[in-house]
Amino acid sequence: MTIELNPNIPEGPIDKKWEDYLGHIKLVNPANKRKYKIIVVGTGLAGASAAASFAEMGYQVTSFCVQDSARRAHSIAAQGGINAAKNYQNDGDSVYRLFYDTVKGGDYRSREANVHRLAEVSRNIIDQCVAQGVPFAREYGGELANRSFGGAQVSRTFYARGQTGQQLLLGAYSALMKMVDAGKVDLKVRQEMLDLVVKDGRAQGIITRNLETGEIEKHAGDAVVLCTGGYGRVYFLSTNAFNSNATAAWRCHRRGALFANPCYTQIHPTCIPVAGEHQSKLTLMSESLRNDGRVWVPKKKEDIKKHPNEIPEADRDYYLERKYPSFGNLVPRDVASRNAKEVCDEGRGVGETGRAVYLDFRDAIKRDGLQTVKDKYGNLFHMYQKITDENPYEVPMKIYPAVHYTMGGLWVDYNLMTTIPGLFAGGEANFSDHGANRLGASALMQGLSDGYFVLPYTLGNYLASQGVQPGGGDTSAPEFEQTEKEVKDRIQKLVDQGKKGSRTVLEIYRDLGHIMWNQVGMARNETGLKDAIQKIQKLREEFHNSVKFLGSDKEMNKHLELAGRVEDFLELGELMARDALERKESCGGHFREESQTDEGEAKRIDDQFSHVSAWEYTGENKEPVLHKEPLTFENVSLTQRSYK
Amino acid sequence: MSETKNMTLKLKIWRQAHKDAPGKMEDYTVTDVSSDMSFLEMLDLLNEQLVHENVRPVEFDSDCREGICGACGCVVNGQAHGPERGTTVCQLHMRKFKDGDTIVIEPWRAKAFPVIKDLVVDRDAFERIQQAGGYITTRTGPKPDGNAIPIGKEVADQAMDSAACIGCGACVAACPNASASLFTAAKIRQFGLLPQGQPERASRVSKMVLQMDKEGFGNCTNIGECAAACPKEIDLENIRFMKSDLRNVLFGLQK
Ligand code: FES
Repeated sequence: MTIELNPNIPEGPIDKKWEDYLGHIKLVNPANKRKYKIIVVGTGLAGASAAASFAEMGYQVTSFCVQDSARRAHSIAAQGGINAAKNYQNDGDSVYRLFYDTVKGGDYRSREANVHRLAEVSRNIIDQCVAQGVPFAREYGGELANRSFGGAQVSRTFYARGQTGQQLLLGAYSALMKMVDAGKVDLKVRQEMLDLVVKDGRAQGIITRNLETGEIEKHAGDAVVLCTGGYGRVYFLSTNAFNSNATAAWRCHRRGALFANPCYTQIHPTCIPVAGEHQSKLTLMSESLRNDGRVWVPKKKEDIKKHPNEIPEADRDYYLERKYPSFGNLVPRDVASRNAKEVCDEGRGVGETGRAVYLDFRDAIKRDGLQTVKDKYGNLFHMYQKITDENPYEVPMKIYPAVHYTMGGLWVDYNLMTTIPGLFAGGEANFSDHGANRLGASALMQGLSDGYFVLPYTLGNYLASQGVQPGGGDTSAPEFEQTEKEVKDRIQKLVDQGKKGSRTVLEIYRDLGHIMWNQVGMARNETGLKDAIQKIQKLREEFHNSVKFLGSDKEMNKHLELAGRVEDFLELGELMARDALERKESCGGHFREESQTDEGEAKRIDDQFSHVSAWEYTGENKEPVLHKEPLTFENVSLTQRSYK
Repeated sequence: MSETKNMTLKLKIWRQAHKDAPGKMEDYTVTDVSSDMSFLEMLDLLNEQLVHENVRPVEFDSDCREGICGACGCVVNGQAHGPERGTTVCQLHMRKFKDGDTIVIEPWRAKAFPVIKDLVVDRDAFERIQQAGGYITTRTGPKPDGNAIPIGKEVADQAMDSAACIGCGACVAACPNASASLFTAAKIRQFGLLPQGQPERASRVSKMVLQMDKEGFGNCTNIGECAAACPKEIDLENIRFMKSDLRNVLFGLQK
């Protein structure tokens, strides 16, 4: 297959591209709109906002989610906030500054034009959400409140307590429900997309499994929009929800959609450490804690089992403050995470497993008083105590990094269209805006930007300019039969295997998590990655020969669901390792031990790796093919990050 | 912190194969339970043990496992989401239990929430209540600036208190009448407090309450079990607000 990776970036100066694009796109004839059927998979921020917007524009929409309600998508768990270049604080923010910060924060591995558009529409998002009744935090005078987040120099983050994701999602959800009520959206819950139907070279439908009855269903549409989130659960333990998975995206990849930058994962430094093998997921503690908490470990290994309050000042190593005097505890996420790993590797980690560092509020309480600390962080302290049974007001918190977000995803052009015509990807499912590292409070912004303000226009342009004729939802074509059959066969094989196996899905899944976390995690090197690829291949074989689960496919069967997802993770994990191996530089969340500065910081190699790596699937157990989209920077100049 | 690693617990769990099948309580023993586990991780462990014994695992819903998505929920020893106040069952930890304890685990019980399988119930009725009017009618597109209409901090905070509902259904499960009033009222109050919600305030309350009745939920008789069971501690003020709005509509005070 010859693949031409054309990002389709409009001509013109960066701040005019989107405006110009909008002025020149082809519009679908209003009388025709209701004849087109659009399939939207996923109901998180991107999916719900896109589905609602399409329906308002007059299209017929079918929307799918795996949960029992569209309101439960994992966007709901985002705590911190959403960025927007409103400059309400009059502190010098602007569209350009948000654009610049995002490109720099992504360590110069994102596409300028997409990021600029994101910064432009960020302002509309806030207005939209206010109009929907999202209860953002307010000042006493009634204006919207902001905070600074993730080391940004301006206060551009809007928030709703520690539940910003929840409130934005419920806003998008209510817009979606309004359109369900109007009969314009057919909402299908407890449905999992298992394959994409490609006909005449265009995405024209999907195959789903009804998770309540087990039935396999065919759905046809004139375009398919994937907003199915990221793949952090490939690590087994992450802050992602239990049902978050990569299956829909991966199966599209198998049908020809290139997968971009799979090795870019974000590891969040402040999570509650792993307590034991039983653990099913990790809990994030908002990064804002680092504004006042001081991170340390004992200087001496002998002290790690001592009660922290008995370790005198002289024996504590505030390693972030020591190594990065000007940024201290506020270094970016990847730097904080890597340093925590390093001190634990040295044997100075604390807690039962030795994989934790202290985050200490003693000095903040002394300086500002208990009440002030309570006011700021009460909710978080409460949550911490609930999970760990320790009182962080008296004993330092223990934290450790955990997988949180994946910057990689399906490759998309400026239109958010994948390499399969008619298949679009939005939100965390695409690779588009965050480069090698995402800034805090930017995930919500991107999800809603894609869903409310980008996809509704670019998808219409596709239908109109490509002369797509409305298909009327007809699933009788042989392509549907064929794809459905393949899905059914695959499930049958899995169920048959499940009956005679010996290791449970979770047991194998945990093994994969260990390989990924230890060898494709916070720090990567050639030997480890090559070894990981072999181990994953072996584990995949083991899965196919010895996975065990009970029950049939003709009923609700969550173990079967998980088995199918793990099967995909076992392929995706290998691709992540390959991508990490291929990218011999360090950038953003991707740290190659071979590529660091004398001071041990990440070192980019711009002349070799200023590109997007987009992988083509070539068949089971076959080597994937790498395609490169060169990245050019005309509006920012590349610098090496330094936080000393 | 005293961690116990190997508790053994007796579980009595509701088993039901599908919507139309009869269900019954069954006894299980789960071993090697650590006090650091969440309640759902304990059920994961039970399921692992059951699969190895070739016994069909127990189905239950969960997703975020951090108390925000509202997917999880079961009745533990007679209490919706278990014994700890303000806590979803995914955030309930096994340190609340002792070695040798017997724990009774049942699905939400309500006519409007039919059991799909074991502990999994069908909460579509909530969706339909939301669809009936749980939104502000506004299109995607250019809007007045976010600061165009000031909203006092107190009002915004109160709206947020109501908006914190996670739609789990514990209020219904806890209510002796199986009423959905707390869930419905929380949405009505959130929008009813905000200036953006005023134009549809009257129609919203009538449509949502009507739908709630249609779904077969019971009436609110001010018992307050709902608020006591609510993992987000949504309070009864919401129901008072809803009833007052409803009265105003009925008496023609609000259109
Ligand atoms: S699983 Fe999300 S609230 Fe319990």
